[in-house]
Amino acid sequence: MLDIRDVSWSVPAARLLDRVTCSAPRGSLVGLLGPNGSGKTTLLRVVAGLIAPGSGTVTVAGDDVAGLSRAAAARRMALLAQYAETDLDLTALDVVLLGRTPHRRSRWSDSDTDRAAATDALERVDMSGYAHRKWQTLSGGERQRVQLARALAQEPQLLLLDEPTNHLDIGHQLQLLHLVRRSGVTALAALHDLNLAAMFCDLVVVLLHGRVVASGPPVGVLTSALLADVYAVDADVAVHDGRPVITYRAPAA
Amino acid sequence: MVALVVVLAGGLLLSVAAAVTVGPADLSLGTVWLVITDHLGLTSADVPLLRDHIVWELRLPRVLGAAVVGAGLAASGAVMQTVTRNPLADPYLLGVSSGASLGAVAVLVLGFGAGAAALTGGAFAGALAAFAVVVAAAGRRAVLRPTRVVLAGVAVAQLCAALTSFVIIWTADPHATHSITFWLSGSLARADWAALGWATPVLAAVFAVILWFARALNAFAFGEEAAAALGVDVGRVRWLLLVTTALLTAVLVAISGAIGFVGLMLPHAARWFTGPDHRRLLPVVVLSGAIFLIWVDTAARTLFEPRELPVGVLTALLGVPAFVLLLRRGDGNA
Repeated sequence: MLDIRDVSWSVPAARLLDRVTCSAPRGSLVGLLGPNGSGKTTLLRVVAGLIAPGSGTVTVAGDDVAGLSRAAAARRMALLAQYAETDLDLTALDVVLLGRTPHRRSRWSDSDTDRAAATDALERVDMSGYAHRKWQTLSGGERQRVQLARALAQEPQLLLLDEPTNHLDIGHQLQLLHLVRRSGVTALAALHDLNLAAMFCDLVVVLLHGRVVASGPPVGVLTSALLADVYAVDADVAVHDGRPVITYRAPAA
Repeated sequence: MVALVVVLAGGLLLSVAAAVTVGPADLSLGTVWLVITDHLGLTSADVPLLRDHIVWELRLPRVLGAAVVGAGLAASGAVMQTVTRNPLADPYLLGVSSGASLGAVAVLVLGFGAGAAALTGGAFAGALAAFAVVVAAAGRRAVLRPTRVVLAGVAVAQLCAALTSFVIIWTADPHATHSITFWLSGSLARADWAALGWATPVLAAVFAVILWFARALNAFAFGEEAAAALGVDVGRVRWLLLVTTALLTAVLVAISGAIGFVGLMLPHAARWFTGPDHRRLLPVVVLSGAIFLIWVDTAARTLFEPRELPVGVLTALLGVPAFVLLLRRGDGNA
């Protein structure tokens, strides 16, 4: 579904992505891990087509992203940022309907297809009763679910999630990733919480200084040795139901 | 929604006709109607020449000028606020009005003449030059970031204001002093058929462009990155809309000077009735801007007859309390 091959991206002072190669099979949830500044967000932006890779290629369902128009890219991929903010007086349904922007047939009205897709998307995130609630009255967890509904209303083949659970409490973190899984859409998610990644991801890709240092199923990748190398933390990794569970130790004084 | 636009369109026609009857010489709606149909060649009425002149040469162009300027400022303000994601943005944000003042004053003191055409031309040239400097200072088109554009606009506006003051003090020309007052506080006294003849097509063309991008403008709700991820070509759309609204503003400023408040506040007021969807907002903001400025200008020229208030003073005097009322009511509802 998603193939990233030899992608590099540099700013004048630094190489932020260095020949990154990884892929996401259809229907999988792939976790993108690594410390701050390791290149997770940059890689997501390259995949989304928001910035062009300096070299290498990204293909989604067989199409080279570099060759897609903005609207065509937005019909294949939807982006969920860690935090969405607006001053405007929008309802939840207005926000979800924004997801129909790349599908527009008419410039003036929302078609029945658009409305049906929006209603369906709200249902898929368990927010059906919230359609006419004002954005400003929603909690952080509800806002992220509405944004996920907006992303699903784009009818993407690939979801790109940039630390989507950062501002949420643990209950909402679990719920959001559960909803992403349940949607069945292939997803690439930058995540900070390694236990969450271990619970939900089929595969994880670990970045450090713009390079892939490990990838594969969580149980093979998330070892104490790797956590010490990549995050410089001291941790025990146990395996529970075939998934790693990480317990951190406080740094020695 | 369609009903609201129809009501506002009807209100605009009525406002034009009614505002033309208001003034020192008493005219009835019937007389106004006869003069207009006569000039359009629909009837051949026998209206006294003086009344015909008052309606056709003095009041009608001024009322229509107020409508065009009000409509254009309100639409430009709405677009600027969305594209720069700044609720304080107004059509003068990019230095256009200060450039116009400088251009007009320069025309006066450099001796290109003091005629209305020369002044309008100078103001237009100054407005365009100021905008060109803003764009050049803000960076290449691909990286025309809103914050940089706004900062460059503020800097260029300060520069133009300083140069204008310098020219006025240096030449000590009373005409220049008078002229700068006109351009800073705004007036529709110079609106005539010639000015309408080029401002109206520009307004129509620019309005068509921004309506075309109404849905793309909606996508800016959560920022430009979110808009890009929704399939909007952010760089191109923002560049196109900034340039076309700046052009429109330059044309309007050349006619009327800088009339404050309309472009800043009317988009906010209109959003209370339509919500933030530009497909509804833009038609409503254009019509209400036209109606608003027609009545404020009518008040400006008649309240203290025979003296005339600068219309910009009155837009603020009337508009700010009305706006504060709306603001408080909006809070109560939330």
